[in-house]
Amino acid sequence: MRLKKRIQDVDMQAFIGKMLRTGVTLSACVTVIGGLLYIFRHNDIVPDYRNFTKVGEQYISIVDILKGVSQFKARAIIQLGVLLLIATPIARVIFSVVAFLMEKDYLYTIITLVVLGIICYSIAGGVA
Amino acid sequence: MPRDIVLRSFSLYMSILVFTLIILVGAFIAGLLGSLTGLGGGVVIIPLLTLGFNIDIRYAIGTSLVAIIANSSGAAAAYIKEGITNIRLGMFLEIATTIGAVAGAMIAVYFPTHWVAILFGLVLLVTAALQLRKKEDHLEVANGDTLAGKLRLNSSYPTSEGEVHYSVRRVPGGFLLMLLAGMMSALLGIGAGAFKVLGMDHIMHVPFKVSTTTSNFMIGVTAAASSVVYFQRGYIDPGLCFPVVIGVLLGATLGSRILLRSATGTLRMIFSIVISILAAEMIYKGIKTGF
Repeated sequence: MRLKKRIQDVDMQAFIGKMLRTGVTLSACVTVIGGLLYIFRHNDIVPDYRNFTKVGEQYISIVDILKGVSQFKARAIIQLGVLLLIATPIARVIFSVVAFLMEKDYLYTIITLVVLGIICYSIAGGVA
Repeated sequence: MPRDIVLRSFSLYMSILVFTLIILVGAFIAGLLGSLTGLGGGVVIIPLLTLGFNIDIRYAIGTSLVAIIANSSGAAAAYIKEGITNIRLGMFLEIATTIGAVAGAMIAVYFPTHWVAILFGLVLLVTAALQLRKKEDHLEVANGDTLAGKLRLNSSYPTSEGEVHYSVRRVPGGFLLMLLAGMMSALLGIGAGAFKVLGMDHIMHVPFKVSTTTSNFMIGVTAAASSVVYFQRGYIDPGLCFPVVIGVLLGATLGSRILLRSATGTLRMIFSIVISILAAEMIYKGIKTGF
C-alpha cells in the first residue's frame, strides 16, 4: 500500500513536470511569433511607457484577444502567449486536484481546491 | 516619397526595433544573474525597466510577474523530476501565498507608486542581506509539530548519501511569513523567493535544497494569482512582455545550464553589492518623485 502510494506520487510529479515544461514552451513559441510580427510590422508606433495608461481593451478581454489572433494581429498573439503562460501554473493546480483525488488524499484535495478557489476569485475580477 | 519622410519612418522603425532588442538583452542578463544567484529575475528586471528606461513601475510590475511565471515553471519542471520538491508542503503554503498575492494586488491600487519604489528598495536591501546569510541545514530528525504530522508535511529527499528524512516544525509561523511573501510578490512584481526560503528553511527547518526548490514551485502560482488581476487592470503590455519574458526565460535557461555547483560565493557577494546600489537608487527615486 505504501509502495503503491509512492509510485503514484512519482507519476504525478513526472506528469506535473512535463505539463509545466509544455506550457512554458508553447507560450514562448506563441509570444515569439507575435513579437517578431510586432517588431517588423509596427514601424510607425513609438511606445511611451513613461506615463501609465491602461493597456487597450483589445489586449485585455479574452474574446477580443482571440479575435485579434484570428486576424493575425501581432500584439494579440503576444497576449495569447502571455495568457497561456499565466494558465500554466493554474493548470498545474487543477491537475493536482484530480491527482490527489485519485490518490484518495482527501485532505490535500481540499487544500488544493482552496488554492484554486482563491485564484478563481482573483480571475473573476472581484479584486480588479 | 520625400526623402525626409523615408528617413523619419526609418528612424522610428529603428527606435522600436532597437528598444525591443535592448530590453531583450537587459532581460537576458537579468534572467542569467537571477538564475546564477538564485534570486530570480524580478529583483533585477524592475530596476532595469524603471531606472534604466524610465518605464512606469506599474508596467514594470505587470511584465515582471509574467516573466517570473515563465522562470518558475521552467525551473520547477526540472526540480520536480529530481524528487526534491515537497509538493504537499508547497501546496499547503500556496494557500498563504495566494491569499497574500490577492491582498497585495488589492491594496496596490491605493499605494502611490513612489511608495512602491521605496518599499521595493527596502525589500531589495533585505534580500541582499538574506543572500549573504550562511546556508546551513537545520535537519530535524525528531518528530516535528503535531500540525506538520497531521498535514503530512514531513518527508524525505534524495542526497548523495541516500534518502534523508526530515521533519517540519513551526507550521503557523511559516504560514504567516508566506502571507507576507505573497503580498510582497504581488505588490512589487517579484518572486519573493528569498522570503519563502527564509520561512521554510529558518522557521520551519526544512532542508535548504528542499526549501529553494519548493519555493520555486510556489512562485509560479503566486505570480499567476496576482497577474490575472494586473492583466484585467491593463498593467500587462504586449510590446514590453515580448522582450522581457523571452529575454528572462533565455537568460535563466542558460544560467541553470552553467550552474555547476562551483564556488558562487564571490558572485553572490558582488551581486549583493549591486542590488544594494539599485535599492538605494530606487529609494532615492521614490523620495525625489514623491515628496
